Amino acid sequence: MTKPERGRSLLRFASPQHFYPLAGRLAPWFAAIAILLTAIGLWLGFFVAPTDATQGQVYRVIFIHVPAAWMSMFIYLVMAFWSAVGLVMNTRLSFVMSQALAPTGAMFCFVALWTGALWGKPTWGAYWVWDARLTSQLLLLFLYFGFIALTRAIEDPRRADRAGAIIALVGAVNVPIIYFSVQWWNTLHQGASVSLTKAPSMAATMLTGMLVMAFASWAYTLAVVFWRVRPMILERERHTEWVAAELERAGASSQAAGGRA
Amino acid sequence: MGQWESWSAFWDMGGAAFYVWGSYGLTFALIALELVLVFQRRKDTVQRLLRWRRAVGKDSVKRNGEGYTPAMESEQ
Amino acid sequence: MLSTFLAVLRRDLLLAWRGRADVLVTLAFFIIVVCLFPFGVGAEPNLLRAIAPGVLWVAALLACLLSLHRLFAQDYADGTLEQLLLSREPATLWVMAKVLAFWISTGLPVIAIAPAMALLLDLEQGGLPVLILSLALGTPILALLGAVGAALTLGLRGGGMLLALLVLPLFVPVLIFGAGAVEAELSGTGAVAHLLLLGGGLAGALALAPMACAAALRISTD
Repeated sequence: MTKPERGRSLLRFASPQHFYPLAGRLAPWFAAIAILLTAIGLWLGFFVAPTDATQGQVYRVIFIHVPAAWMSMFIYLVMAFWSAVGLVMNTRLSFVMSQALAPTGAMFCFVALWTGALWGKPTWGAYWVWDARLTSQLLLLFLYFGFIALTRAIEDPRRADRAGAIIALVGAVNVPIIYFSVQWWNTLHQGASVSLTKAPSMAATMLTGMLVMAFASWAYTLAVVFWRVRPMILERERHTEWVAAELERAGASSQAAGGRA
Repeated sequence: MGQWESWSAFWDMGGAAFYVWGSYGLTFALIALELVLVFQRRKDTVQRLLRWRRAVGKDSVKRNGEGYTPAMESEQ
Repeated sequence: MLSTFLAVLRRDLLLAWRGRADVLVTLAFFIIVVCLFPFGVGAEPNLLRAIAPGVLWVAALLACLLSLHRLFAQDYADGTLEQLLLSREPATLWVMAKVLAFWISTGLPVIAIAPAMALLLDLEQGGLPVLILSLALGTPILALLGAVGAALTLGLRGGGMLLALLVLPLFVPVLIFGAGAVEAELSGTGAVAHLLLLGGGLAGALALAPMACAAALRISTD
């Protein structure tokens, strides 16, 4: 008996008017969780996890490298998910969500590449090797750039939403194909001599630290995406009364702040 | 100090200071940059919309605020 | 249904024939790109022989990319596209016809001239059939994937560069298996696996890309 009731109250947040304040309320909490988990994760990573027998201290890059790489792939999937939802259910909030996710995903993708390069130099002797993982990560970054560039280049928001959704879905279908092909190409050309996950003897504390950092980046992503999506909603809903009221409030508070200064 | 003999040993990272701190440094710099840009954007948007509302006046509200109604589409 | 397909195909081929200067430009582009490599990396025959499959494939890919914007641009400008979208014929059908016509007018000439270019780079004769086969299987995939990008960037400012950014990452698997097929044949491991994967990719692209392309055209002309 309670089920339809709850379903309705959850679906309420699919409307921008209800989602906007919710996002504003939740974001600081997720930010706090992110800071807390980062502190714990870094403490585990730098002070508890032992020195790696083969790699020395350099391996400590793993505590951001692996979570960033996971996050960049996961965010792309979530983007594709919201794009599909948007195209099927015709909910504009989904499109806004996928566009708010893209910059953070691209950021994590770049972080994974950068830390991979800095880790690679002392480990492999080169900043860049055409390793299957690094190469597919690079292509993923290009997919992010394509999505961001396309949605920014189209002025009509309706068209931008849908075109972005299509390219996100096409990209998501292609990500496994790209990964498989790069892996194939890599084994043919180099032999599997290098691999980033050189962790045969990964200590339990290392794994814990990595997981804590992964949860921290989850919380961070949620916080920053909620913060980013709010002004996007305001802009798109600017003709509605609730945005008018919201702007009135924001205008009053900024005037008050200006008066004090 | 857990794993470390001294703070200087910690900062040295077994000789890999550049690689480790370069990784963490850029990551946190990018996160800071992203946060700055997000809040900048919020401020800009609110101010632009306030200006827009002042310019358009009461016409800014087109329908009865029924969420995602085609208020934007009717414009185009 | 077949008559629509054939009508669109015939019309597009006729248009391509009338504007055959464009086709020649694509071909000239392909030839020039291949000819640039010896200047860039040196005329050492062994080196050229080693990089020939990759060079030919990259050049074919770029030639395809360069002509992609033509795929829907004219129909978009003169309103044909909207007429087609309004017609009751299934969009995937005439999209497929348009892509086929595009491939016949740009892909086929490149494939036809590729053996001659291979000789310029001193590719071993034994690799030529596989080169042609891999191009014949791979360039339609490029055309199909590119059609989605062309449909999405229709009428945008700076659409050409955007199109390249959108589709080049998607082209990578085709490039890997296409150039890999020739290399595998020459190294004696056999190109069957590569060619089968290209064939599978073509089947997948034929099934999915026209749908995505039709959806993209609807979005772009809305």
